[in-house]
Amino acid sequence: MAQRIVIDPVTRIEGHAKISIYLDEAGEVSDARFHVVEFRGFEKFCEGRPLGEMAGITARVCGICPVSHLLASAKAGDDIFAVTIPPAAEKLRRLMNLGQIVQSHALSFFHLSSPDLLLGYDSDPAQRNLFGLIAHHPDFARGGIRLRQFGQEVIELLGGRKIHPAWAVPGGVREPLTPENRDYLRGRLPEAFTTVKSALDFFKAYADSRAEEVAHFGNFPTLFMGLVSKDGGQWEHYDGYLRIVDSEGRVLVDQFDPRRYAEIIGEAVEPWSYLKSPYYKPLGYPEGAYRVGPLARLNICSGTGTPQADAELAEFRQRGNAHGVVISSFMYHYARLIEILAALERISILLDDPDILSARVRASGGINRLHGVGVSEAPRGTLFHDYLVDESGMIRRVNLIIATGQNNIAMNRTVKQIAQHWIQGATAGIPEGLLNRVEAGIRAFDPCLSCSTHAIGHMPMVVTLIGSNGAVLAEVRRE
Amino acid sequence: MPRTLTINGQEVSAGNEQTILEAARDANIRIPTLCHLDGLTDVGACRMCLVEVVGSNKLLPACTTRVQEGMEVHTDTERLRAYRRQIIELLFAERNHVCAVCVANGHCELQNLGIAVGMDHVRYDYLFPRLGVDLSHERFGMDHNRCILCTRCVRACDQLEGAHTIDVLGRGARSLIVRDMNIPWGESTTCTSCGKCVMACPTGALFKQGSTVAEMVHDVEKLAFLRAARERKVWNV
Repeated sequence: MAQRIVIDPVTRIEGHAKISIYLDEAGEVSDARFHVVEFRGFEKFCEGRPLGEMAGITARVCGICPVSHLLASAKAGDDIFAVTIPPAAEKLRRLMNLGQIVQSHALSFFHLSSPDLLLGYDSDPAQRNLFGLIAHHPDFARGGIRLRQFGQEVIELLGGRKIHPAWAVPGGVREPLTPENRDYLRGRLPEAFTTVKSALDFFKAYADSRAEEVAHFGNFPTLFMGLVSKDGGQWEHYDGYLRIVDSEGRVLVDQFDPRRYAEIIGEAVEPWSYLKSPYYKPLGYPEGAYRVGPLARLNICSGTGTPQADAELAEFRQRGNAHGVVISSFMYHYARLIEILAALERISILLDDPDILSARVRASGGINRLHGVGVSEAPRGTLFHDYLVDESGMIRRVNLIIATGQNNIAMNRTVKQIAQHWIQGATAGIPEGLLNRVEAGIRAFDPCLSCSTHAIGHMPMVVTLIGSNGAVLAEVRRE
Repeated sequence: MPRTLTINGQEVSAGNEQTILEAARDANIRIPTLCHLDGLTDVGACRMCLVEVVGSNKLLPACTTRVQEGMEVHTDTERLRAYRRQIIELLFAERNHVCAVCVANGHCELQNLGIAVGMDHVRYDYLFPRLGVDLSHERFGMDHNRCILCTRCVRACDQLEGAHTIDVLGRGARSLIVRDMNIPWGESTTCTSCGKCVMACPTGALFKQGSTVAEMVHDVEKLAFLRAARERKVWNV
C-alpha cells in the first residue's frame, strides 16, 4: 500500500514548514514536497503607507536578516528619490551588510546545522541542538556564538540595535560610524578570522569523508543566480549586475541591470505551499529552476576580491564538477564559511578606509520617480524590493522577491532526492535519523520562511508518510 | 488671594485662578496628561488627568478644575490608576497604532503613557478601522491611524497661528481631524504651513514628510515658548 510520511514541523530552520514524502505501493519514494505553511501579506498591507516608512516596515519581515530588507528597501527609496547616495553612506551600508552576512551565516552553520555534522544525524534529537553542541564541543560552540555576536555588533554599533535598526533610509544612512566603534570592531576581527578558518578546516575534512551526503543532498544541475560586481564580475553583496550561470559554467545572463528583473524572472504558484517558485523565464517552469545564496554567489563570481577567500574559492572549485561548478546543495555550508571569510576581509578593508568616518551620510531627495527597485544580496540570496508610489510618495504596489523563494524548486528536489536515497521500502517505522537527513537537506539552504512568505515565527516541522490511497501512515512532529 | 489645599496629603498653596494640574505641578506632583499642552487652552478631553476630590462623587479633570480653599485632592489612587490604564488601552484599541514601525517611536506621548501605566497588553478587541493617510501637503503628512483626537493640533492652529485650518469632523470615535471643509491638506487655502500642528501632536499622526521610523521628534516646547513670549510681550513690535 502506498504511504505518505509527514515531517511536521521542520526544525532548526527559520519559519514554519512541513515535508510530505509519498510512497508508492512498493514502498518506494514517488514524490516529496516541502510545504511552507505560513502566510503574512506584507506586499498587501504596505500599500497606502508613506515611502519613508518602508525600510522600517519591511525590516520586520525578518528578525534574522532585517538588514537585508532594510538595505533593499532603502535602495528602492534611493531609486525613487533618483539620488546618488554619499560615498560614505554606501560604504557604511556595505559594512552593515557584511556584518549581517557574518552573523546570519554563523547562525546557520554553528547554531542550526553543525549539531548534525558534529553530533551525527542519528544522534539523540534531545541532544542534537546548540545545547548538545555546547556540552560536547564547547570551544567550537563558543567560537560560533562569538562569531555571530561579532556580526551582530557590527550591526548594533552602526544602527543602534542588533535587530531592526531603523538606520538605512532612502538617500543614505542616519548615523555615521564613530572612531571608538571602528576601533572596537577592529579589535574583534582576529578572533573572528581564527574561528572561521578552523570551521573551514573542519568542514573540508568532513565533506571529503562524506561522499554520500555530498552526492544526495540536493546534488543536481540547476542555474545559479546572483549579483556580481559591475567591474570584473567579482563576488558582490550590495550592488551590481545580475549574472546567471548554468551547471556547466556557461554564462546565460550577464551585465544585467537587476532593476529589470521582471523581464527574466517569473513566479509560479503551487497550491500546496505559500511559497512562490521563481524561475528563469526563457527556460520556463520548472526547467528554469535556479539557486541563489552562498553556493550560487561563489559559482557565478570571477573571484571574491580578497586574498584569503580567493584561495579558499580555488579549493572550493576543485571540489566541484568538471567545469569547476559546485552543484551539491550540501556545499552551501562550505560556501557559507568562505563567504564569512570574504566578509571579514572586506570588513577589515572598510574599517581602514578613511572615508568610513565621514559625517556626510545622507542625501536629501523627494519623489522624483514613481517606480523604484532595490536589489541586494541577503545572506540567503538575491533580494528584490520593487515599489510603485504616487506623486506624494504613497506606496501603491509592492513586490518582494525573497532569496528563499528562489530556492523553492531546488529545495523540493532536494527533499525528494534525499528521501529516495535514504527511505526505501519504508514502513511506518522509519528511523528518526533518516527523517532528520531530509530536514538537514532543507537546512543546507538555510531557508528563512518568515521572509519568503513575507511571514512569522520559529519553525516547527512535520514529516508525513502518505499511502497511495492518500492515507497518512506515519507522522513525525517536532515543536 | 492664594488658596490652600492638600494634594495626596501634602499641603499646597496655589493662586485662585490656578487649576489643580498647575497647582500640582508647582508642588512637583506629577499628574499624567495627554490632551493638555502648555501654551494651549485646556479642554479636558482625554481624561488622563482625572483626580479624586473629597466630597465630590465624580472624578474631576485636573486640567480644567480650579483649586478651591480646603480642597482635598488625590491624584494617584488605585481607582485612578485602573482608569488611566483603561483609557490608554482604549486609545490603542480604537485605531491602528503600531509603535515598532511608527515615525514617532521613542518620541511618543501615548507610548510613554502606555509604559507609565504598565500597559503590558490591551484587554479590548482592536477595532482596526480603515483610515487614510494624507500626504498631499508638501512638507507634512497626517496619518489618521495614529490620531487620538486630542485636538492639540486644532487648538495650536487656532490659538497660536490664528489660521484655524484644522477642525474636527463627526462625532465620537468616528471623528476625524480635517482641514478646511474636509479637503486634502495640500489643497487648503488657509494653512500657512507653519508646522505648529505637527509640533503639537503627541503621537506620530502628524509628521514631517519623508520621516522614517522613530525619526519624528515633536518640538512641543516651542509652542509654550511662543505663547509665553507673546503674553510677556518680549518682542517689541
